[in-house]
Amino acid sequence: MGQRIVIDPVTRIEGHAKITLHLNDDHTVADARFHVTEFRGFERFCEGRPLWEMPGLTARICGICPVSHLMASAKAGDAILSVRIPPAAEKLRRLMNLGQIVQSHALSFFHLSGPDLLLGFDSDPAARNVFGLAQADRETARGGIRLRQFGQEIIEFLGGKKIHPDWCVPGGVREALSDSAREHIKQRISEAIETVRSALDLIKGLLERYPEEVTSFGHFPTLYLGLVAQDGSWEHYDGQLRIINADGTVLAETSDAGDSLELLGESVQPDSYLKSPYYRPLGLTDGMYRVGPLARLNLCERMGSPLADAELIEYRQRGGRIVSSSFFYHYARLVEILACIEQIDALLDDPDLNATHLRAQAGINAQEGVGVSEAPRGTLFHHYTVDEHGLIRSVNLIIATGQNNLAMNAAMLQIARHWIKGPQIPEGVLNRLEAGIRAFDPCLSCSTHAIGQMPILLQLIAPDGSVLDEVQRA
Amino acid sequence: MARLRLATVWLGGCSGCHMSFLDMDEYLIDLAEIAEVVFSPLVDSKQYPEGVDVVLVEGAVCNVEHLEMIRRVRANSRILISFGDCAVTGNVSAIRNVQGGALPVLERAYVELSDPSGGIPSPSDIVPKLLDRVLPVHAVVKVDTFLPGCPPSGPMIRTALEKVLTGEPIDLMEHHLSFGGYGRPKGSEHLPASPSSSQSHS
Repeated sequence: MGQRIVIDPVTRIEGHAKITLHLNDDHTVADARFHVTEFRGFERFCEGRPLWEMPGLTARICGICPVSHLMASAKAGDAILSVRIPPAAEKLRRLMNLGQIVQSHALSFFHLSGPDLLLGFDSDPAARNVFGLAQADRETARGGIRLRQFGQEIIEFLGGKKIHPDWCVPGGVREALSDSAREHIKQRISEAIETVRSALDLIKGLLERYPEEVTSFGHFPTLYLGLVAQDGSWEHYDGQLRIINADGTVLAETSDAGDSLELLGESVQPDSYLKSPYYRPLGLTDGMYRVGPLARLNLCERMGSPLADAELIEYRQRGGRIVSSSFFYHYARLVEILACIEQIDALLDDPDLNATHLRAQAGINAQEGVGVSEAPRGTLFHHYTVDEHGLIRSVNLIIATGQNNLAMNAAMLQIARHWIKGPQIPEGVLNRLEAGIRAFDPCLSCSTHAIGQMPILLQLIAPDGSVLDEVQRA
Repeated sequence: MARLRLATVWLGGCSGCHMSFLDMDEYLIDLAEIAEVVFSPLVDSKQYPEGVDVVLVEGAVCNVEHLEMIRRVRANSRILISFGDCAVTGNVSAIRNVQGGALPVLERAYVELSDPSGGIPSPSDIVPKLLDRVLPVHAVVKVDTFLPGCPPSGPMIRTALEKVLTGEPIDLMEHHLSFGGYGRPKGSEHLPASPSSSQSHS
């Protein structure tokens, strides 16, 4: 029996996790695993709660992306009320979701991964954090902090607070945007664009500085899943759910949120509280897919705004039409921030935002509803059933990070096999394993509340990574 | 003068309190000058160190690792601040207490709604066992100060830190003392966040 190394806890990620490495006697890597160690149990204690409470309650699943849960939950509520929400409400929801993507992506790039990318994977661990970055490169840190603040302020202006605003409701939203808030956001647009363009220059340089990381941090073909708009452009709030393969061929596409759930299966491993969804028609091994910025950029034909469209072309020149290195998640995140800022700017000029009708009034008209929205980390599904009074009977959440679980594990193995050369494993190599996880920007607050009513495959995996046994639901 | 040794700890919660900590925005740059963050989900240290001056603890005590962690945190810290409603009351994390312990919640997630059953992740040195009762921090160790809110707002955290870093007692205003509240004066929820307040310290 070889050696076991545990990285505990994985730091600078949003959640509680460990990584284990299993080495053979000759110090080659037998297996590497990513384990999520937290579980809270939302799906059970939401039962019996009123539908109206669900956006505010499920937002508490996650303080990093509460808005994502507001969106998916309110959309499931819209389906249960069977209403089309007022146009102003949809645009305001879009505005908040864009603010959320900006703040979360800025957090990932500047606060969490920035220290690796800008100070170096082998730099002093004691200073390899956002506070160390602030001391080493004050202006870059300040730019990142202010970019995140820009997104957070949009959320606060709309919802009254930056974290857990109880603002989206089934049928619409509670309040509009004030003129003074609109003016304030408008004034900050140009600075936000400057910051993200500087960061884009940085990441293009980093691709050259870290060629080994680009080819080892999860560089393999998978499927990709996410929303696209009707015209094929980038989409974050509503649209068609599309799944493509590694060549870009569309395997499935649907505008029916309920249908999309049929496409996903979910496996369980005994060594993690996080399950692993896969594309059901291809099974667990071939059905590994990725969601989030990398997937969304692979899925769409264009971003839909001028500066981001130009960046997408350059992104594809560097990574290919279908980009398969997970290191490119960082780059994709920045292209998305740029698209979000451009869309925010355009939305602020939209006269519909002045409307006062913000909420469709209706009772319980259906007893089941699915809400789908793009969270910063990928596609988020909320699936509820209710009784005739609107009390929740069952809750099924499929969270973005879980959908990347198989790919994150595959990335761990690839990084370990590439970087571990002998019995001595330098700290910088262990940090690269963590950095490989950070590229996916997992949100484990979210991910350990997911349950499946979907097909399940249970696997028993030996220490050498081989599958000893598996059982599949018919 | 040596920088103060500051830590932040995340137990069972949603990370919203840590996000609110980051909502202190540019004050974080000033904070890096006066305090050294020696342990936090935001920094790379793996072991909670000795000799911490101030620690903010987010989240409730939900599993055996949290229990072990909070005892080590208490033993190695001078001032322990219960940070946000989950730490202060158990809040959302403790809703599962009324379901009758950890097993029903785990069974619903991994057994009842999966097929075949029996897939609950096995507690080990990798995956910690859940406690049957989720506990607020002060039910396990002595807490020096409470910062309520879901989460406490960035300005409120900053006010508290500025006091504690200069050795003053944290004397919260009445409007800070509300569970789930905004930690702001009544009626001010929709005021634009003032960029001038952060610029004055930059």
